Amino acid sequence: MAKMTMVQALNLALHQEMEKDDAILVLGEDVAVDGGVFRVTEGLLEKYGELRVIDTPLAESAIIGTAVGMAIHGLKPVCEIQFSGFSYLAFHQLESHAARMRWRSRGAYHVPLVLRTPYGGGVRALEHHSESRESYYAHTPGLKMVIPSSPRNARALLVSAMRDPDPVVFFEPKSIYRAFREEVPDEEEALPIGSAQVVREGNDLTLISYGAMMQPTLTAADRLAEEDGIQADVIDLLSISPLDEETCVNSVRKTGRVVIVNEAPRSFGPAAEVMARLIEKSFWYLEAPIRRVTGYDVIIPLFAYEQAYLPDAQRILRVARETLDVVS
Amino acid sequence: MPRTTIDLPYQVEHISILDEDGNLDHDLEPDLSEEFLLRLHRYMLLGRRFDERMLKLQRQGRIGTFAPIQGQEASQLGSVAALRDSDWMAPAFRESAAQLWRGQSMESFLLYYGGYFRGGEIPEGIRNLPVAIPVGTQILHAVGLGYAIKVHGQDDVAMVFFGDGATSEGDFHEAVNNAGVFKTPTIFVCQNNQYAISIPRSHQTQAKTLAQKALAYGVPGIQTDGNDILAVYVAAIEAVERARAGEGPTLIENVTYRLSVHTTADDPTRYRDEEEVAVWEKREPISRFQRYLKDKGMLTDNAITALEDEIKDEIAEAVDKAEERMETLKDEAITMFDHLYAERPAYLEEQRQAFAAHWEKA
Repeated sequence: MAKMTMVQALNLALHQEMEKDDAILVLGEDVAVDGGVFRVTEGLLEKYGELRVIDTPLAESAIIGTAVGMAIHGLKPVCEIQFSGFSYLAFHQLESHAARMRWRSRGAYHVPLVLRTPYGGGVRALEHHSESRESYYAHTPGLKMVIPSSPRNARALLVSAMRDPDPVVFFEPKSIYRAFREEVPDEEEALPIGSAQVVREGNDLTLISYGAMMQPTLTAADRLAEEDGIQADVIDLLSISPLDEETCVNSVRKTGRVVIVNEAPRSFGPAAEVMARLIEKSFWYLEAPIRRVTGYDVIIPLFAYEQAYLPDAQRILRVARETLDVVS
Repeated sequence: MPRTTIDLPYQVEHISILDEDGNLDHDLEPDLSEEFLLRLHRYMLLGRRFDERMLKLQRQGRIGTFAPIQGQEASQLGSVAALRDSDWMAPAFRESAAQLWRGQSMESFLLYYGGYFRGGEIPEGIRNLPVAIPVGTQILHAVGLGYAIKVHGQDDVAMVFFGDGATSEGDFHEAVNNAGVFKTPTIFVCQNNQYAISIPRSHQTQAKTLAQKALAYGVPGIQTDGNDILAVYVAAIEAVERARAGEGPTLIENVTYRLSVHTTADDPTRYRDEEEVAVWEKREPISRFQRYLKDKGMLTDNAITALEDEIKDEIAEAVDKAEERMETLKDEAITMFDHLYAERPAYLEEQRQAFAAHWEKA
């Protein structure tokens, strides 16, 4: 057990799985000699050599397209796209091929690739370095979409992503890459993809979020307890697709009130999908309209205004209190 | 039916006119006025000093991440110096000297890298595209601009900048190919600064030059000593004149070196050694151009000192103005809802009002 940042925990997952499984290789821009611009792939080149740790030429589509071929022929490529804002250059390889190869070949081929990429705002970065566009991937049949929220679950989910027989898009919340440390066990640990976690229990209200937004969501839950005597059930989705409907539905059947938080733009975002599932499966249990706190439907501003864009505990609290005030 | 060698229409030339030791090829030396040469020198120095100032501001936390240009002043200015105002210019994200030459203000850079999208405003009458960060993606736009120039019956050109790394992207190949097919007046300027973050040019492609990539698309490609502003200018003006005459696109590879970091978030000591940097320090473009101007009797040490002082004041004034502007813009986060559509849709107006109400209550 060691206290690790998320970067260190992800690095541990890569080291341990590559040690165990020779089919795993890592490819991307600056992942080998430089160890990745965020240092997630640090030390892999030295340990596993340049055949398995590949500095690619600068071409995102080539990274994913090449990985599709590798994956069809028995390898397990873990691709790094330096920022999720650059993943669109590779989108057609993901959508047209990675996501469809099993279907198209009627099960003859499958594509066990992982696309790791940092997403989200809050690090005072340039344009294209702060987006939260997980919906593109969650909306694509054939892909899985995972977003961890802490060092420990990041490690355990990346292990599962590498073991998954299908393509997994793995968004890493860069604003908490090094924001805090957590105990991460030395021994292997894997979390199932498609399962959410209830990280705090309560009967008054359900708060649902994931990724970097778990931090303000948990702060809001603490303040509701301290200032209002309200106990919230807090759910960390961990997987956006497949979505763990059951955990969300069970909580809302208990509390009757729910606020969903996502950093992504509001319209057609993950919160909208969660709302739809809850309406389908727990409508008669609701005591107040389902609410969401999200990014706005604008391009995330350059950093001078990004804090005004990002959902924070204050916004979550306001909406939570409005939800609690509804008399059913 | 023997095997034969296919005769390709182009060979790849390399141009060098003024070398790092100050040797000058008099036959190739362009005939440029003293005023023009001194203007080039002024902008090279301004580009360098402004970059150094931005680096300090970044280290002090007064602006955010940016991509320094040090060492690439000749490659940029020699290229844009061949343009006239009505031509188009599309930068990548490391072209501040070229953008300053083309009429953008230092304040606009400081605002942009200070985190304010207001810095992206294009001044009236200037045909520069905004900075394009996803690598190589802007190259195709210069083909479209060139096509539109033809449709409008104009004799302008479109010049686009990108780096060595961008030549690995599909968009680069699609752009050069399309420009060849459509015969657009497009000048592709590749600033080969030897690194795409940590990846050296040698790992980017097995090709001997980047210029030769044009040949596969039936487009002429030429390589210059990109730290020799005379060679860069000659390659650019030839390409521009050919494009204006309706003879189509050219790819120019300016061989230069990124003396500084990729961006202020980068640590180059992880992937390159100091001896290599020292070799390129000796080849840097400004001192060799100054020596040339002095030899021609156009520049003196006193004149350089005076110019340095003048530039220092200009930069200081721009920093003051930009920081004052940032102070007034600080509370205008609501402008994030502007400029997304010609007309703001109702759902977005609703969000804008909710935003305003939240910050009023906060």
